[in-house]
Amino acid sequence: MFIRHETLEKNAFYLLVAALVTVAIGGLVEIVPQFFIENTIEKVKGVRPYSPLELAGRNIYIREGCYLCHSQQIRALRDEVERYGHYSLAAESMYDHPFQWGSKRIGPDLARVGGKYSNDWHYAHLRNPQSVVPESLMPRYAFLEETPLSYERIAEDLRTNRAVGVPYTDEDIANARADLEAQADANANHDALLKRYPKAVIVPAIGHTITEMDALIAYLQVLGTMVNFADTSEEQLQR
Amino acid sequence: MSAAEITALPAARSAVVYNDAVVKKFVIASVFWAVVAFLVGVFIAAELAWPQLNFWPPYLNFGRIRPVHTSAAIFAFGGSALLGTSFHVVQRTCRARLFGGEALADFVFWGYQLFIVMAALSYVLGFSKSREYSEPEWHLILWLVIVWVAYLTIFVGTLVKREEPHIYVANWFYLSFILTIAMLVIVNNLAIPVSVFGAKSYSLFSGAQDALVQWWYGHNAVGFFLTAGFLGMMYYFIPKAANRPIYSYRLSIVHFWSLIFIYIWAGPHHLHWTALPDWTQTVGMAFSVMLWMPSWGGMINGLMTLSGAWDKLRTDPGLRFSVTAVGFYGMSTFEGPVMSVRTVNALSHYTDWGIGHVHSGSLGWVAFITFGAIYYLVPALWQRKGLYSTRLAAWHYWIATLGIVLYITSMWVAGIMEGLMWRAYDAQGFLQYSFIDSINAVHPLYVVRWLGGMFFLTGMLMMVYNLFMTVRSPSTATRPAEAIEIPAIVGVAGE
Repeated sequence: MFIRHETLEKNAFYLLVAALVTVAIGGLVEIVPQFFIENTIEKVKGVRPYSPLELAGRNIYIREGCYLCHSQQIRALRDEVERYGHYSLAAESMYDHPFQWGSKRIGPDLARVGGKYSNDWHYAHLRNPQSVVPESLMPRYAFLEETPLSYERIAEDLRTNRAVGVPYTDEDIANARADLEAQADANANHDALLKRYPKAVIVPAIGHTITEMDALIAYLQVLGTMVNFADTSEEQLQR
Repeated sequence: MSAAEITALPAARSAVVYNDAVVKKFVIASVFWAVVAFLVGVFIAAELAWPQLNFWPPYLNFGRIRPVHTSAAIFAFGGSALLGTSFHVVQRTCRARLFGGEALADFVFWGYQLFIVMAALSYVLGFSKSREYSEPEWHLILWLVIVWVAYLTIFVGTLVKREEPHIYVANWFYLSFILTIAMLVIVNNLAIPVSVFGAKSYSLFSGAQDALVQWWYGHNAVGFFLTAGFLGMMYYFIPKAANRPIYSYRLSIVHFWSLIFIYIWAGPHHLHWTALPDWTQTVGMAFSVMLWMPSWGGMINGLMTLSGAWDKLRTDPGLRFSVTAVGFYGMSTFEGPVMSVRTVNALSHYTDWGIGHVHSGSLGWVAFITFGAIYYLVPALWQRKGLYSTRLAAWHYWIATLGIVLYITSMWVAGIMEGLMWRAYDAQGFLQYSFIDSINAVHPLYVVRWLGGMFFLTGMLMMVYNLFMTVRSPSTATRPAEAIEIPAIVGVAGE
């Protein structure tokens, strides 16, 4: 029954297998059930895949390392809920590949920043954060406004997201480019876009090509707005 | 088996010619990357104190170079030290030359360095998976996996062809580090690339599950890269430098198996009060508290090894680094379990307390145990009588220690202040402070933190000079280097 330690100590192969089994157990017990226990993710209405422009903006958020200073996870603590809004639900990031919960706040939490400020505020803030918040430590992101958004292959991004489990339909993928352009154009017809992506915020890129800043703001403006908590019962939040 | 038994090896056996060339390369790389990591660290610390320093967007923006700092510190400096010392230790404790020949060892060296350089460039140029401490995109990870498999092959191959009957305890820790990092890196990087010709990929997991996988990785990058690997270093270099056997063989066994079993469960404490299911948080917290015991078991084993040799601390600054490292290890592994308790975490999470905790571990434990090993290794590998200047090494010790104290105390104060300000209510029951108030409040502490980093960097530059002059000093070798390699080591280390 009891293995003499000498056995492991004298055979590299036994030692390797024993160590591998030992380190595998914890992860298996904690991670695997997350995919099978039904109430890991709450059943709430409203959470939808990102619109193509939001997804492109999200990729810029990731590229610039925004998550290193901004969390997107309001903890279930009184002061956080009062400062930032309803605590974050697992459902709200279920289409986030990868998650952006963050680990350090050098700036405020952004989980519900959507709709909190106007588009104009965001343009001014990203160009020069100190112009609206003088004591801010945030670097300037004016270059995003000078960088045209590369979105020729945005449909591929939706397709890849579908491959990892985001429920984009064939129609979503076929219209990806058109939806992206419509969301950045105040004069376009937005019916189809808003039917596919309710609550998408139009970021009017009037008179210029769509920039990375437009995309980033479209993403920021949808954060935390998908679930309507007035219509969500306590039972739906229970897990 | 204890170090005493190793020391008592019969001298009659035929000498094995070790591959020291690859160890030397890793030592040089580790010292080089230490300077880079500390320099970038000091710069980003300065950016947080004086945000005007983000003067070259996007390349020098904090968000792009913070991963350069963490990767350079963990994987370039720490990784080169781990790979180098593991090659040194496994050869000597097995009495066997590295398996796979020089070419495979050189492939691991150059392949690993290539990974580091490409990763750092990719962050600055705007490629990141946004997974902390695992930012490189899929094609670089694929390359890393190839290099890592070669590394595992060399290590296990050398264990298999050993002349010693037992596998020495340091090698258990190195082996668990290599294995677990392989497991963690592969699972945490499961993703589908958008195109085989592009860097962009999307993680296989999402939201809460993705967060758990990432922090299972993230916490065990600490547990197995920054802890188990460096414990391997402790179990070899402290007994060697002190010329004493390991305090307790039985404690080594308990330490090893309990540490690697419990560590892997602790990841969820990074996700307290979040949308991760409560049961997972509770399990993570319980195991994090339990982790205190094996950690201190290891600390006791390391410190008690000095029994009867404490006087060496006065004369050997390298050993002083190693022993202080074990002290910091004990402190950090007590602080960690405290912070993993949900009630404490409500205050500490998202604040600079976490940054302080990480640095008491990485500067106090990881860097110090590495400095101790390198101060021991350089004269041994280059066959010099000793360090160019023990006085300068002593200066390095004190200036670096002062730097750590400035760093961690400023971050404790900043972190606790942020946590308290965020949850403060005024008499009317409203939140008392806006977020930006907390940023203003910590500014002086950010300056102190930067100063602490400057001290640590200054000490490192002293080390570089000291090592450079050591290598330039006359060799003690009387015959061509290759032939004398073994006797010289025996002379220095008493093997």
